[in-house]
Amino acid sequence: MKTIPAAKIKEIVSELCIRANTILREDILSGLKTAYFKETDKRARDILKAVIDNASIAKKEKIPICQDTGLPVVFIEIGQDVRIKGNLKQAINKGVEEGYRKGYLRSSVIGDPLARGRSGYSPAVIHTEIVSGHKLKITVLPKGFGCENKTQLKMFNPTEKIEGIKEFIKNAVNYAGPDACPAYIVGVGIGGTADYAVFLAKKALLKKVTRYSRKTQATSTSKLERDLLKSINKLNIGPMGLGGKTTCLGVNIETYPTHIAGLPVAVNISCHALRSASAIL
Amino acid sequence: MKSLTTPLSKRDIEELAVGEQVYLTGTIYTARDQAHKKLAEAIEKNRKIPIDLNGKVIYYCGPTPARPGKATGAAGPTTSGRMDKFTPALLKKGVFAMIGKGKRSGEVIKAIKKHSAVYFLSYAGCGALLSTYIEKSEPVAFTELGPEAIYKMEVRNLPLFVGIDSRGNDIFEKRAPIKGRKRRVS
Repeated sequence: MKTIPAAKIKEIVSELCIRANTILREDILSGLKTAYFKETDKRARDILKAVIDNASIAKKEKIPICQDTGLPVVFIEIGQDVRIKGNLKQAINKGVEEGYRKGYLRSSVIGDPLARGRSGYSPAVIHTEIVSGHKLKITVLPKGFGCENKTQLKMFNPTEKIEGIKEFIKNAVNYAGPDACPAYIVGVGIGGTADYAVFLAKKALLKKVTRYSRKTQATSTSKLERDLLKSINKLNIGPMGLGGKTTCLGVNIETYPTHIAGLPVAVNISCHALRSASAIL
Repeated sequence: MKSLTTPLSKRDIEELAVGEQVYLTGTIYTARDQAHKKLAEAIEKNRKIPIDLNGKVIYYCGPTPARPGKATGAAGPTTSGRMDKFTPALLKKGVFAMIGKGKRSGEVIKAIKKHSAVYFLSYAGCGALLSTYIEKSEPVAFTELGPEAIYKMEVRNLPLFVGIDSRGNDIFEKRAPIKGRKRRVS
């Protein structure tokens, strides 16, 4: 049994909020650079260059990559042999508050979704998962709402053809169009229940965005990811929606077993500023 | 490439063509969802509004707080479409130009044409980069809204694209899928 003080978790969450918001993920930056070299549309290249410059200014000046520093989504994987001393939920929210204040991040969270009112830094949306072992993994994903607003869920019939599912995902991206800061990273959740499929779609954004080569092992999911990436990039949305072949940097799919009567599919889109940071205690 | 300085004239605006790149210098005012709601409500009820909108440039932006010694934090555009239902009322009150990201509704395009206004796009998701063009920023109205307050900003050579020109030409209108093996889209 390993004991982790809640105060330590607070400290780590605070650091992760700042890191995620100011230092763009390596896989995303490298995806943007590849896209820049491959893009043939002049204006699209100009915009991609601005996006890449933006990331380096943010890192150097310790200024957020985007003014929408998101709704902090915190994923915690708790090893079953870990004991947390203190209040975990409170530690996470205090950590978020501290990180957002110290990092000069924006207060974008309002306490009541209907009454609205003045915004603050917390609470975060927290997903906890019990895993084996004696480690604790914390991931902070500050999710911007320009892209979060484009989330879609569809409960397909279990006999639906794969083409129908592909069409739904592609249409979700086309619907987001120029609004949610393309080039996108498309998170897809397939299976589980309605709520779980949406969770999986968000969790898929945490997976590394990889470039497919011939060496990539062709599982059915990776083939679907590759096919979708190809067809989405033909939509000609492009950076800022002004055209070009860089509409999507990657499609990440997470699946889970589901019911004989159903086939839930969820799409959670991220803007090009896909930010997340993790630590293991 | 064109440079513009505020206050803009109707002639400045009418000379702009969709897709053109423009560098803007001068004063702009931020306003996003809640500020729009408040302004539109006040206009509807004929109440006094806290800033004179006539001839102004509105920036759909909610910046992050400035670090000490800096003019502003990150300050990129937010999704313009959420402001669509309030925009015709603001244009009627004399707003000349708007800066944001993404598509606008048919009604907004119609109102832009009617009032000879312009809709600009700025680099989306580039709040850090865009902050380097902002020399001054201070909240001037609805300060209780925090990041959603109206900030008066002084900008120098802020890079923009004309998204909808005063004749109602829309940059997003012509998008068609890339077909077959065709690689370049003009």
